[in-house]
Amino acid sequence: MNKSLNRIRFTLNGEAVQADIETHYTVLDVLRNTFSLFGARESCGQGLCGCCTVIVDGRSVSGCLYLAAALDGCEVQTVEHLDADGELHPIQQAFIDAGAFQCGFCTSGFLLMSKQLLESNPDPTEAEIKSYLSGNLCRCAAYPEIIDAVKLASMRINEVKRGV
Amino acid sequence: MTRIDSEARQWTQIGKSRPRLEGRSKVTGQAEYIHNLSLPGMLHAKILRSTVAHGRIVSINTEHALALPGVHAVVTSEDVLRVIPDPYFGPAFHDQPILAIGKVRYVGEPVAVVLARDPYIAEEALHLIEVDYDEMPAVFNEVEAATSDVYVHDALRPAGTFPDLKHLAGRKNTNISLDFRVRTGDVDKAFSEADHVFEHTFTTQQVMHTPLEPMVTLAELTGTGMTVHTASQSPSFVRLEVARLLGWKESQVRVKTAFLGGGFGAKLYIKLEALAAALALIARKPVRVALTMEEQFYTITKHATTFRIKTAVTREGRITGRKCEVWWNGGAYADIGPRVTQKSGFTAAGPYDIENVWIDSHQVYTNLPPAGAFRGFGITQMVWAYESQADIIAKELNIDAVEFRRINLLRDGRPHATGTIMKDAGLEQTLECVARRMAWDQPFDQGTGTLRRGRGIGIGYKALVAPTTSVAIVSLSADGSCFVHCGTVDMGQGSDTLLAMIAAEVLGLDPEKVRVVHPDTDVTPYDMATLGSRSTFHMGHAVRLAAEDALQKMRGLAHELGMDPEAKLDAAKVLVARYGMQAGNIVGVGSFIPQYISPDKETGQSTNITPNWMIGATGVEVEVDTETGKFRVLRMENVGELGTPLNPKVVQTQLSGAAIMQLGAVLYEEMDFDDDGQLRNASFAEYKIPGMNDLPAQMHTEIVTAYQQNGPYGAKGVGETGCYGVASAIASAIDHAVGVRLTSLPIKYETLCRALHGSAPHFQSESQ
Repeated sequence: MNKSLNRIRFTLNGEAVQADIETHYTVLDVLRNTFSLFGARESCGQGLCGCCTVIVDGRSVSGCLYLAAALDGCEVQTVEHLDADGELHPIQQAFIDAGAFQCGFCTSGFLLMSKQLLESNPDPTEAEIKSYLSGNLCRCAAYPEIIDAVKLASMRINEVKRGV
Repeated sequence: MTRIDSEARQWTQIGKSRPRLEGRSKVTGQAEYIHNLSLPGMLHAKILRSTVAHGRIVSINTEHALALPGVHAVVTSEDVLRVIPDPYFGPAFHDQPILAIGKVRYVGEPVAVVLARDPYIAEEALHLIEVDYDEMPAVFNEVEAATSDVYVHDALRPAGTFPDLKHLAGRKNTNISLDFRVRTGDVDKAFSEADHVFEHTFTTQQVMHTPLEPMVTLAELTGTGMTVHTASQSPSFVRLEVARLLGWKESQVRVKTAFLGGGFGAKLYIKLEALAAALALIARKPVRVALTMEEQFYTITKHATTFRIKTAVTREGRITGRKCEVWWNGGAYADIGPRVTQKSGFTAAGPYDIENVWIDSHQVYTNLPPAGAFRGFGITQMVWAYESQADIIAKELNIDAVEFRRINLLRDGRPHATGTIMKDAGLEQTLECVARRMAWDQPFDQGTGTLRRGRGIGIGYKALVAPTTSVAIVSLSADGSCFVHCGTVDMGQGSDTLLAMIAAEVLGLDPEKVRVVHPDTDVTPYDMATLGSRSTFHMGHAVRLAAEDALQKMRGLAHELGMDPEAKLDAAKVLVARYGMQAGNIVGVGSFIPQYISPDKETGQSTNITPNWMIGATGVEVEVDTETGKFRVLRMENVGELGTPLNPKVVQTQLSGAAIMQLGAVLYEEMDFDDDGQLRNASFAEYKIPGMNDLPAQMHTEIVTAYQQNGPYGAKGVGETGCYGVASAIASAIDHAVGVRLTSLPIKYETLCRALHGSAPHFQSESQ
C-alpha cells in the first residue's frame, strides 16, 4: 500500500480542523477515526443507499466514496451539526413526531437530504419529496412516515418564517 | 361493557401512541450501534471466500499475504482447529465450520482470514492468498437436491440445543436435514370424491435481508474470559454457543449488543461471532469482523421454495382435501432452516377449515449460501402458494375471491390441520376488514385500451414459535426511577419503548423514568432471542411479571414500615424511609414460557401447537400497461390482527414497513446465480430494494380490534404480520387485470411482458 500521509485542513461542523490522511482514505474514515463522528455510516459502500451522506460546501456527497483528500479547504457538515445550538432542528423534531424511523441507521442521511430539500424548496409536493429522497434507502421502510415528517417540518418552518 | 373496554379504561400507558424513547439519539447521530465500536489495539479481519460452489481444498498458500507489510496474521482452519478442536456451529445442526475444513460447500464460504491493524492492508492481502480447489459436482435446485446423489454433507450432526428440534436425526447419504409431516383425515379419498381437483406448483426465489447496518462482531479476551460485542438478535444464544465451542462456562463469555441497524432475521443465532471468538483466541488481541453489504449475501438468506399444492373442492367451493409438498432450499448450512420447515410447514394448507390434510415439508441442503430466518419465517412462501391457488380456484368456479375465503375460513373453535383448536384468531374480522377497505362489494373500473386494472386480496396466518423462554428483572432505584434488565434487542421495532411502557404501567411511572438496559449477558437474564414476533408476547409478559413482583415487594416493605401498602407507592419514599437516605433497590423478577405440546413426529398432531396465531391480510389494486408489461401498484391496504395494539403508532409503522419490505421480494429482489452457483448481483447496484418511488400510490394500514386472551394486555406480536398477504394479492390483481397468472416470484415487468405477449391471446384480441 502506498503510504503517503497528507495533511488536510477544513471546517467541520463550524470548527476549523486538520487531519493527517492517506490518499485512499474516505470521508467516513476521517469522520470515524479522527473525529469520532458516527452519524454518517457505511452501508452499501457504493454511494447508493444514502446512509453515509455528508454535506460538503453545501452539496450532499456519499461519504463512503468521497475521498478525504477532497475535503481540503471545504466546509463540511454532518448530522451532528443539526442540533449544534442544543435545540433540535425542526426536521429532527419532525422525524421524531412523525415516527419517521425504526432502526435509525439510515436516519442521518434522510435528515440531511430533507434539510437540503427544504432549503431549496420550502414547500415541496409529495412527488418532489419522493424524488429528492429517492437516493436514500430505508430497509425498515418508514417511507410513509418520512414523507409525513418532511411535510410537517416544512409546515413548521414556514409558520415560523411567516411569524405565525 | 366488554373485558377490553373495562381493562383499557384503566390503562395509563398501554394503548397510547408514544414516540420511541431513543428518538433524540437517533436523529442526532448519537445512537449506539456495534458498527460504531472500535477497541484499543484491535485488528481488522477480512475474509477470503470460496470461488467454487463445491470442492475439495487442495492447498492454501498464505506466504505472499503474510509477507505484506502490516499483515498481522493469515488464518485458516488449521489455526482455528488449534484453539477450537471441534469448530462446527449452528442452532439446529453443528454443520458449519468457522473456516472451511477440507472442502467448500458454496461460493462465498469463508476459507481464510487476514488480520491487520489497517483494514485496507487486510483487504489487499486477501488478493495474495492462493487457494487451489478440486472442484466437485454441485447441486443447486431444492427439488433436485432432495433426491440427488451429490451430497453437500457426508453426515449430519444434530445440535440438540432447542427442545423443539430434539427430533432432528443424524443421517448419511441425504441432503434432507428434516422431513416434517402433517396428516389428518384421508386426502386420497377426498381427491377421489371431489367435484374438482386443482394442482399447481408455485416457487419463490432466494433473497437477502440487507440490514443497512452490515453484520459486525468484535471479540476481545479479558482477564476472566471473552467479551463479544455483536450486532445480534440473540445474545443469549451467542453466549451459549461460543461457550460450547470454547469449552468454557457461560460465565466466561460476555455478549453485548446495542441498537441494531436492522435485523429482519439476518442477525440471529450465531453468525460472525464464532469466527470473531476464534480470531481473538488466535491473535490474542481484540478483533473486529465487519462485513460489507456484498458479503452479507454470502452469509444468510431467505429460503427459495418449491411448493406443490393439490386441492379437492366441491362444486359449491368448499375445500375438502389438500396435499402440500414443500421443498425449502436451505443452502449449504442448515442454520435455523429445520425450524422454518416445521413451523411454517404446519401452516401450509392455509387458514382454512379442511377435513383432510397431508403436508410434507422438506429442508434440503444445496450448494448455495445458507438460508435461515427472514421476516415471516417461511410464512410468506406458504401464503404465496395457498392464496394464489385460492384465487385460481375461485375464478375457475366463478366464485368471488372474498366469498370463497368466507366459505372456507378456519373459525375459532374449529380444529387446525394439526388438531389444535383455533382460538383468538381473528381471521374473519381481518378478511372482512380488508374487503371493506378495498370496497370489494362495489363495482371496479378495470380500464380500457392498453391500461388495465385489477385487484386482489391475500390473507395469511402464523403460529408463534414455541416453546421459548424470556426472563426479565425490574429494579427500582431510591429516587423512584426504574431499570428493566432484559435480553430483547431493539432493532427498530420499538421494544425499548414498549417494555418501558409495560413496566411503567404496572408501577404507575412515567415511561421516561424507565431505563431499558441493552442486552449484556453479564447483567441481562436469558432470552431465547428477538425473533418471530415473539418479544411483545414473551418479554412483554416477563417484564410485566417482574414489575408486578417488584410492586409486591414494595408493598411488603411499605407494610413493614407502617406505610399504607394499598396506596399508590413511590419507591423513592419507601426506600428512603427504609434506609434513611437515597439508597437501596427493590428488585422484581419475571419469567415466562407459554404452554406448548410438540407435534407428533409421524402425523404433526398436537393439541397445543402454538400460544397464539398472528393474522395479516393485504389488498392491492394494480394497473398494467399491456404493451410493456409494466405495472404499478395503485393501492395497498394492509390489515393486521395483533390483539391489543400496545403502542399503536409504532405497530402501524411495523405493519406498513413489513408490507413494503415484502413488496421488494415480490417485485424486484432475486439473488441471481449462474449455472456454477456464482452470485451475479450481490450489491445494491444490481439488487434493488424498495425506495421512496416504489411506494404504492395509495397505502393505508388498519389494525383489527381484537384481544388475545393469553397475551400481555391482550397483545400478541406484529413484526411480520404486514408481509403475509402481499405477494399473492399482487399476482391475483395482475390476473384480474390482464388474465395472466404468474406462479413464480419475483414478478418482474419483463416476466409479465413475456407472459402477456406469449400466452394471452384472448387479451390481445380483446384489445384490438
